[in-house]
Amino acid sequence: MPNLKFCKMKIIKAPYKSWGGIHPRYHKDLAADRALREMPLPELLQISMSQHLGAPAKPVVKKGDSVMQGTLIGEAAGFISANVHSPVSGVVKDVVPAITLTGAMIDSVVIEPDGEDKRVNDLAPLADWQAVAKKDLIARVAAAGVAGMGGAGFPTHVKLSPPPDKTIDTLIINGAECEPYLTADYRLMLESPERVWLGVSILRHILGAKTVRIAIEDNKPEAIRAMEQAMRNADGDVAIVELATEYPQGAEKQQIFAITGREVPSGGLPMDVGAVVENVGTAAAVFDAVFEGMPLIRRITTVTGLPLNAPGNIIAPLGTSYRALIEACGGCADTVKLISGGPMMGIAQAIDTVTTTKTTSGLLALGAPDVSLYESMPCISCGRCVDACPMNLVPSELSQYLEAEDYEGAEELHVMDCIECGCCAFSCPAHRPLVQHMRQGKARVMLKRKKK
Amino acid sequence: MAEAIDKQDHLFVVSSSPHTHSGASVKAIMLDVIIAMLPLTGAAIYLFGWNAIRLLLVCVISCVATEAACRKAMGRNAGIDDLSAVVTGMLLAFNLPPALPSWMAVTGSVIAIALAKQVFGGIGYNPFNPALIARVALLISFPVAMTTWSPWIMAAPAAGIDALTSATPLGAFKSAIDFGQTVPYLTNSTTFMQFFVGHQNGCIGEVSSLAILLGGLYLLFRRCISWQIPAFYLGSVAVLSTLIWAVAPDKNLPPHLHLVTGGLMLGAFFMATDMVTTPVTRKGMAVFGAGCGILTVLIRVWGGYPEGVSFAILLMNAVTPLINRATRPRVFGTGKKKS
Repeated sequence: MPNLKFCKMKIIKAPYKSWGGIHPRYHKDLAADRALREMPLPELLQISMSQHLGAPAKPVVKKGDSVMQGTLIGEAAGFISANVHSPVSGVVKDVVPAITLTGAMIDSVVIEPDGEDKRVNDLAPLADWQAVAKKDLIARVAAAGVAGMGGAGFPTHVKLSPPPDKTIDTLIINGAECEPYLTADYRLMLESPERVWLGVSILRHILGAKTVRIAIEDNKPEAIRAMEQAMRNADGDVAIVELATEYPQGAEKQQIFAITGREVPSGGLPMDVGAVVENVGTAAAVFDAVFEGMPLIRRITTVTGLPLNAPGNIIAPLGTSYRALIEACGGCADTVKLISGGPMMGIAQAIDTVTTTKTTSGLLALGAPDVSLYESMPCISCGRCVDACPMNLVPSELSQYLEAEDYEGAEELHVMDCIECGCCAFSCPAHRPLVQHMRQGKARVMLKRKKK
Repeated sequence: MAEAIDKQDHLFVVSSSPHTHSGASVKAIMLDVIIAMLPLTGAAIYLFGWNAIRLLLVCVISCVATEAACRKAMGRNAGIDDLSAVVTGMLLAFNLPPALPSWMAVTGSVIAIALAKQVFGGIGYNPFNPALIARVALLISFPVAMTTWSPWIMAAPAAGIDALTSATPLGAFKSAIDFGQTVPYLTNSTTFMQFFVGHQNGCIGEVSSLAILLGGLYLLFRRCISWQIPAFYLGSVAVLSTLIWAVAPDKNLPPHLHLVTGGLMLGAFFMATDMVTTPVTRKGMAVFGAGCGILTVLIRVWGGYPEGVSFAILLMNAVTPLINRATRPRVFGTGKKKS
């Protein structure tokens, strides 16, 4: 065994080619070179109790309460849920239902910051984390309210607690950032690669994963170099995987396949094939939670788009309104469409008073030239959606089933395996709302399954 | 909720993701097909002169007019701006013999658009290739006019004397064989080249393989067609005709002449690649192309007609839904077996 300690970090190409995929215009240049920066504290923060996937947290503060930075304001409601903490010190002005980025009305805690950022030290830093029991580390991650920061927001402690019959041998750290426009993960890897790597080390320790792969698209050579530098002392089976730049390389199932050649079974989870995928931002949040005793109270959001005067990568407290973010980036008058996330999978917002959550990786403003009204035509069976689908579905056929409201037929054709990546609709010359059809179909099938 | 929305001075546009698009459109695809047909148009006009111009104009104008009339009658936007009627008109013209009377061409156009396309619901819903339905309808209705060709000078068969014929190479061959004669023209590379550039009898758009290949390459380059259909179509014709020829060389056309005669090239690149009436999966496209090739050779060799491209493609159109069903790709994560 050579002494890997002083070896150059291993960089490998993805050994498998995932299926389908598209090459949209990336527009990453708008914000890629803008260094991370904090924004002025907004006058009010409106922190939704639904920051994550799963049950919304239960508010544990009431109007008039004083809070400090790090005070628990929402308690996880069940296993698949996550704690929510106050990002600032200040006063709770209200606890009211408010519109979240998904359009749902969810209880939100409104806090007026006092500007002093007094911090509560409920969570002690665990600098000597290697000596801490794994279950205590998982408890820390849960206590700090860490949730997947790539977009889905799956509570991280759940991913770190696989049932005893599942062995995790591969930990994949997702730094692909395949969504066009977004550069939040890129800036994080560039500016804080050590935090990311230490977070990865903690995750690896908790999971006992033999193999660690840091997945980065090959259009981010600077990020690869920065991570390589931070990981120079890594030992064991650790490597950076250079993924081909292709959307959706950042999608969990596609990434696991590209790196391990394993297919997550239909309806299954990555742990079914011995893998856990965590976003680079999540790794950094785990580092903060363990090493510094800092709960997840803020995140990097790429605020970008052609109409914006000064796009940037902003470190914003949870609960910052989209309007405040846009103002922090020089404002813009010509926004026609405001998207929470990227252009492929982001959610269009009707109003800009919606506030950020742990999953807000980007805020994209599109102007009139980028927003077209299309009339959808009948399918001309060109097969481009079939070529583009990374799950190997036949979207054209599925969409016709769904238009005919044949949900059973659609279920047989695996509508539930759709990952809503948008490759089909992106490619469709007839401008058919394929993803919308799939979503509707999935919702109907879920409803039917619940009734049973 | 209403309160928050009221407070907003204006609402942003909301729609389902994705919020960006490749820019592809049906109209752009049709425009590419029209561009790909320009070499054929040039070759047709060069080889057949005024008759080619006449047939193209008559077919395109009557197809577009029929499309507009049908859409109006069905209470739809009468626009023909997806250009598909123009494509159908051009393809129909390319599938007609040069001297066909204009009124027959008009009849064909009405059949193509009204009967083969709009009755089924318009673009996207027609199960059969409209231009081919029209061609076959005309062939059955006006068999003489549809097989009347201009005189064509054949390269000397054996004796060293050029001969004048008014049949297509496939037609001349079939009648010669039926009368117990040998191949009525040389089967050497000179004949091949003559046929390849377009010096042969046939429909105005099918004679020049050279022009069709130029257009076909453009379609491939622009990704308007996938390589599977033409490759498997031409490939299966080549393989099957080689086998048959090897068994009885004096009773059959050699494969290289099969490839450059009749409507095969036009069919393989422009008719069998019609998106609407062909499979959506790559595997399905390969099956479709191979099926077309096998049927074409079977009809040419053993059928009553000298040429079988139109029938072969229409028959394969009929089984396209079945091919689609049988060739669905294995969904990610569903194991190696078909679910």
